[in-house]
Amino acid sequence: MQSLTKKDFLLLLVVAFLTMAAPIILNPFPAGSGLAQFNAGYPDLMQRFVIFGIFAIGFNILFGLTGYLSFGHAAFLGVGSYSAVWMMKLLSMNVIPAILLSVIVAGLFSVVIGFVSLRRSGIYFSILTLAFAQMSFNLAYSVLTPITNGETGLQISLSDPRILDGANAPSYPNLFGAQMNAATTLDFGAWSFTFSVGYYLCAVIMLLAFYISIRVFRSPFGMMLRAVKSNQQRMNYTGLNTKPYTLAAFVISGMYAGLAGGLLAAMDPLAGAERMQWTASGEVVLMTILGGAGTLLGPVLGAGFIKYFENIFSKINDNVLHGWFSFMPDGLEDMLIAVIHPFVGKGWHLTLGLLFMLVVIFLPGGLVEGGQRIGRVFRRKDRNAGSVEADAAAQRNTPPAE
Amino acid sequence: MDAILLQLLNGLDKGSAYALIALGLTLIFGTLGVVNFAHGALFMIGAFCAVTLSKIFTLSHKASEPSGVDFLGKPKYDDILYIKDWFGETAGAWMLDWSVPLSILFAVPIMLAVGFVMERGLIKHFYKRPHADQILVTFGLAIVLQEVIKYFYGANPIPTSAPEAFRGSFDFGVMLGFDPNAIIYPYWRLIYFAFSALIIGGVFAFLQFTTFGMVVRAGMADRETVGLLGINIDKRFTIMFGIAAAVAGLAGVMYAPINSPNYHMGMDFLVLSFVVVVVGGMGSLPGAVLAGFLLGVLESFASMNEVKNILPGIDQIIIYVVAILILLTRPRGLMGRKGVMEE
Amino acid sequence: MAILEVKNVGKRFGGLQALSDVNLSVAENSVHAIIGPNGAGKSTLLNCLVGKLIPDTGSVMFDGQSVLGRKPYEINQMGISRVFQTPEIFGDLSVQENMMIPCFAKRDGAFQMNALTAMSSQRDVIEKAEEMLVEMKLADKRHMHAASMSRGDKRRLEIAMCLSQDPRLLLLDEPTAGMARADTNNTIDLLKQIKDERDITIAIIEHDMHVVFSLAERITVLAQGTPLVEDTPDNIKGHPKVREAYLGESQDAA
Repeated sequence: MQSLTKKDFLLLLVVAFLTMAAPIILNPFPAGSGLAQFNAGYPDLMQRFVIFGIFAIGFNILFGLTGYLSFGHAAFLGVGSYSAVWMMKLLSMNVIPAILLSVIVAGLFSVVIGFVSLRRSGIYFSILTLAFAQMSFNLAYSVLTPITNGETGLQISLSDPRILDGANAPSYPNLFGAQMNAATTLDFGAWSFTFSVGYYLCAVIMLLAFYISIRVFRSPFGMMLRAVKSNQQRMNYTGLNTKPYTLAAFVISGMYAGLAGGLLAAMDPLAGAERMQWTASGEVVLMTILGGAGTLLGPVLGAGFIKYFENIFSKINDNVLHGWFSFMPDGLEDMLIAVIHPFVGKGWHLTLGLLFMLVVIFLPGGLVEGGQRIGRVFRRKDRNAGSVEADAAAQRNTPPAE
Repeated sequence: MDAILLQLLNGLDKGSAYALIALGLTLIFGTLGVVNFAHGALFMIGAFCAVTLSKIFTLSHKASEPSGVDFLGKPKYDDILYIKDWFGETAGAWMLDWSVPLSILFAVPIMLAVGFVMERGLIKHFYKRPHADQILVTFGLAIVLQEVIKYFYGANPIPTSAPEAFRGSFDFGVMLGFDPNAIIYPYWRLIYFAFSALIIGGVFAFLQFTTFGMVVRAGMADRETVGLLGINIDKRFTIMFGIAAAVAGLAGVMYAPINSPNYHMGMDFLVLSFVVVVVGGMGSLPGAVLAGFLLGVLESFASMNEVKNILPGIDQIIIYVVAILILLTRPRGLMGRKGVMEE
Repeated sequence: MAILEVKNVGKRFGGLQALSDVNLSVAENSVHAIIGPNGAGKSTLLNCLVGKLIPDTGSVMFDGQSVLGRKPYEINQMGISRVFQTPEIFGDLSVQENMMIPCFAKRDGAFQMNALTAMSSQRDVIEKAEEMLVEMKLADKRHMHAASMSRGDKRRLEIAMCLSQDPRLLLLDEPTAGMARADTNNTIDLLKQIKDERDITIAIIEHDMHVVFSLAERITVLAQGTPLVEDTPDNIKGHPKVREAYLGESQDAA
């Protein structure tokens, strides 16, 4: 850690504190109260926050730094999940080998796909990655059924060999005996907080992933990646071959995706092909953009934001709405509900799509830039003091050099 | 031989749809320089124009006179279609039967309007933004459009039938001198192909023989220079966007009887259409059409049992495999121009 | 002794013979200018030297080694640096970072996987970059966004980036194109200073005769893809063939 600047170290500390205290922070409303539905402090959702955070952090190393927009990263997530489940079927319910294998396999996959796709740039690159991902998705549903179990999805069963596990080994994913779904609930008056093993494992791994991403951003390698985004021509005439740099970034982000996939399987031991679909790839793009591509914190924020609203919005139904607006006169209440209805519950994707458009139109630098704009209004300090985050956000607004 | 011909024919309808969508995508990309991820949604909206018209035609009211009694002995009132009231029994029945072709008339103004609104309201603000931003904002729009359709029409596919006269199949093989039953081909698919050919021909003729088309072609070749000539290129490009939207919409209208429209059909086609555009070469109209048919036919061949037995799963991935091979050997696609979409 | 030896180079684009039978020899530690009217093939020739184009015929030798078939980054590593007509810098990066990249490239070669190395541990590169910034009078702009600098400063930065790699041959492609007079004179002074202070060969393609005659020790005149004459600036000034080539062009243009 000594190699981080003070500012980065502080950022890491803040993120560490927030993730460690998340079960408390995300549960601000007393259980059983009307607002409890806005609580996010339960293990399943918090796990998704940090796992998709990892996915987006990795994606950002590719897209945020080099500008190469991959539309196929979900393939690596899916491959990671399948590898992890197979490891749990064959070897052990301990999640360590499962996660390791998922990173390795996704890494190998990304070497191959990256090597081929990176021969082209711009939209051709995007389409190549999309083609590879769709191919993997289609194959997972058809001929690869013996490996993927097709539409049903790959699951664990009691008859699996699990050659490393003894007779008394836990039958659920665990870390040296501590089961992923084990949790302790603490009650403070009306409040109730759940601390689960699975979440804390994911959170620690996410912090590690975040730390590595800070190191990558601040390394000469990270600077080279930004240089690739800025001007490939100058790179070439400076004696630098851009291909290994972009490939390395691609593989790193692929491994992050594999790690996320492995963790998903470790938390809930099943893997399905839908994780590889191109909409899933679109989702990670959205998370990164929404948070702020090229910034350190952006992808984590974006992932949390989207997963939170997905969860909350999709839970709101007409009954909930009636509960909220019951104080209003009947006619007004019904009208308001009719207006809101299409955007919540099953209509959550509509909100997501609108949000997506609004962010790209008005806030191309994402939430991080938005926060800085607000901050600037209050501070009105000189812009030279702006952090790298601001620079990166500003870069997004300048069109790429010819 | 007949088996090969059959697959060739089978590939034509999908190939036509790919070609039409890819043509519109290329028009938009070539003229406006915008990568439009919402183009599949336009195709889907077209299909739902057909659904809407047939829904309108089936609007009914209860007859004023009972036609008899039901099994409980109560008087029974028939549902009477409004169109039969307005246009008479025969004409009404005919209109209902022909609702899909009639939807073309209904869809053209709607699609043009949708196209104009989209271009003026959203796309024009993205001309100078990076391609990544264009992709993202139109991707968001595609989600919105598809969710709106889902909200109004539900998530299930809505069967929409072709006119009675074109339902069913005919023995195309006999007409070509093959054995009976060797090539059974549905009428509507042939119509779809002919319709697509007509539209494609129309678009090309429009670009080739009108002044408007000439300006657009010049703009596709070199936008800045044409702008310098004092021609109001922006207005023409707005119209071009409307036309591209209408082409996608018409492709959707006529596709409704082939595959029951559902809200995500646009996305399904979009991904493949983008592959088609890239294979054909970004910015090349003939390339888009050629690649559309080529990939449609290849997909159909790959789904033959003889092929699948040798290469299991090939039907699922053939398009992507071909796309990858072509992009790696011909960096700009089949007929792409130099310098398009490359930094 | 010649550091760059171009022999019988020809290049054809479709029906256009862009270069034919070009012979050129650039002496070590000299300033050699290549001039010629528009379309004479100057840029094509330059692109053949740096690996962007491969000539159809002939050979290009740099310091006794052939450059043909090598990638631009490999040719750069042999010791040839190129300055572009419009400054090619990393616009999204700070001036200091712009300066550090060539220093890393010089030290580490084409690729180095140092994703977990802290920048602060790279003392040697930081110092080298700082040295160059001071030398080129860019030190006070080190935290500026490179894209927001003036054109003259961008040119200066680009030249500084090339020089930081201690190239043996510096190729300049119309370095003063589109510049105001003051910036042009600054650039001339800068190049003179470089010539005096360093062991470096400079090959320059230029339109502006003022620049050419202020700097060059030898001049090659290119017309219609082939060298017309090569001589000292004084002899070139009054050379009838050169006047013909230029006047011929201006008559066509009028």
